[in-house]
Amino acid sequence: MAGEIGLWGVPLAILGGAIRVSTPFIFVSLGETITERSGRINLGLEGTLVFGAMTAYGVAVETGSTWLGLLAAALSGICFGLFHGWICKFPKVNDIAIGIAMMLFGTGLAFFFGKPFIKPSAPHLPAIAFGFWSTIPQVQAALDVNVLFLIGAALSVLLWWAFKNTRAGLIIRVVGDSSDAARAMGINPNSVRLLATGVGGAFAAIGGAYLSLYYPGSWNERISSGQGLMAVALVIFARWNPLGCFAAALLFGGAGALGPSLQSVGVTQGYYLFYATPYVLTLAIMIATSSPGRSLAGAPGELSITK
Amino acid sequence: MTTKLLISRRKLLQTSAAGAALGFLPYSGSVQAATSATVGFIYVGPKDDYGYNQSHAEGAAALKDIAGIKVVEEENVPETVDVQKTMESMINLDGASLIFPTSFGYFDPHMLAMAAKYPKVQFRHCGGLWNKDKNPMNAGSYFGYIGMGQYLNGIAAGHATKSKKLGFVAAKPIPQVLLNINSFLLGARAVDPTITVQVIFTGEWSLAVKEAEATNALIDQGADVITCHVDSPKVVVQTAAGRGAFICGYHANQSPLAPDKYLTGAEWAWGTVYKMFIDKLQKGEPLPNFTRGGLAEGFVKMSPLGPGVNAEGRKQFEATLAEMMKGGFSVIKGPLKDNKGKEVVAAGKAYPETAIELESMDYLVDGVIGSTS
Repeated sequence: MAGEIGLWGVPLAILGGAIRVSTPFIFVSLGETITERSGRINLGLEGTLVFGAMTAYGVAVETGSTWLGLLAAALSGICFGLFHGWICKFPKVNDIAIGIAMMLFGTGLAFFFGKPFIKPSAPHLPAIAFGFWSTIPQVQAALDVNVLFLIGAALSVLLWWAFKNTRAGLIIRVVGDSSDAARAMGINPNSVRLLATGVGGAFAAIGGAYLSLYYPGSWNERISSGQGLMAVALVIFARWNPLGCFAAALLFGGAGALGPSLQSVGVTQGYYLFYATPYVLTLAIMIATSSPGRSLAGAPGELSITK
Repeated sequence: MTTKLLISRRKLLQTSAAGAALGFLPYSGSVQAATSATVGFIYVGPKDDYGYNQSHAEGAAALKDIAGIKVVEEENVPETVDVQKTMESMINLDGASLIFPTSFGYFDPHMLAMAAKYPKVQFRHCGGLWNKDKNPMNAGSYFGYIGMGQYLNGIAAGHATKSKKLGFVAAKPIPQVLLNINSFLLGARAVDPTITVQVIFTGEWSLAVKEAEATNALIDQGADVITCHVDSPKVVVQTAAGRGAFICGYHANQSPLAPDKYLTGAEWAWGTVYKMFIDKLQKGEPLPNFTRGGLAEGFVKMSPLGPGVNAEGRKQFEATLAEMMKGGFSVIKGPLKDNKGKEVVAAGKAYPETAIELESMDYLVDGVIGSTS
């Protein structure tokens, strides 16, 4: 272990925190972007995330393979997503209300099945040491990047490109902007939304798997501190743009690391205030970028909150 | 969320059956009839969390073999009005005559309100400062002097550290946590007076991601032995071991999580306390209102020393432990300054573990880097 790095610890912790803490936000917000772009809101992703965390941990404990755990989590996420999508296809069903119900259902079910897995330790997902060039262990530790973070980064670019340039992306956008136009094109909006919600659920569950299988890397009933809910808010903050989601998640992760790292360098007064940084930052940017004169830029026209 | 649903169901049953219930429920308020009794335990988190709640649940499990005693438990009960509902349903539906709400925030106002409302039920709270003049006589509190254990942790840590910097992940700046931090530092300073302890408060009893971040931040700043006072030390232990730091445990034995890096740990032994209460209850003796004990009384124990403790450390650890077992050992003794330079204990003054002043501690001693607010 090396000696002091002093105040350099703060920017390093923000960088490290951005990489370590942001991954669940990236996955949940990307998943929610797909769902919302198709014109539906799934607020139940918090429940899907917690259930995914439990499933991944449980399967990893039983089989010893983190990848099987990840796969099982993704499948459970698809089930939750499809269930939400299936209920919402009936007329006069409110997707927000169903989402809240699914959130409670998912967390409750995860607590029920997760009891026997609180004690055992599961293997962790692998990380890639990008800090090999440095001799400072703190830098090495901060640059230990988990594969899921890299996949998340790649996915956000891919989705951004796909929404613009592929047929599938176009179909999702059309369905999200106008059901009538979609029907005129011969597309069934409900099937598209069903699939989009299913994929969104899988993403959220993978975000949960990151929590239980890598960082902090443990399953208990308090594992999520509302990441699933915050990520849904981040989507609006990112204006339904996958690249924006990635940036917002990084910002959120980095701001969250500020509180502990400031205390570690001796700025010890008012730590409750520093812990509020991510939320204050989100509020500030929301206020700065919104205007009473126009509606939210980039909002899908079929969303129940904008309609 | 699930607990809320449960409570409202219970509430409903309770109101509809209230009239009938009053007639036949065994309010064993008069102690002589209490050879059989229902005892309620309330936990703030999951009861198998490698931490505080597990230590209490293990104590509760020790009662299940005693003839005539029925144990009812509820976990994940927030420190809000929810705990009052849980207590009411334990009393009215399960017929509990003795209740142990185990989390700090349950005491005031929740348990005190219930104790006033149900004068025939006995309430004993873990960690609260029960006051004879102000609080109901059917209430009370029990706690263990685990600060002594943190002092011993400090000795083990003091011998293991190379950077002379130790890290402490703490939840909230309440007296018991502050006493643990101070004791940990003073133990380490009994080895080497240049050692410092860096503390990070997370602000909550259980916040997995923030605890991991705090552990990383401490290690980034050069701390090479980490201990904590949070509800479930599992995340802290695993994160610290992953970064190559040594660990001193807390609440329960976490050595299975990191056998090579675990030095020792301060553990609760609540079974002793709960058996004592049940024994008195069954004999019809009055239950004590204010119960405290330490290593000598078997309220607290130390985890076996790990491979990271050298021969010298082992020797000092065992000698100090033997000294503590005699009773009257003082960790906090003058002259002692807080970390703002103010004298908090005058020269010649010493507080043994039993001193009640320690339970209202509001300072961090010189050598601790951190702030109580």
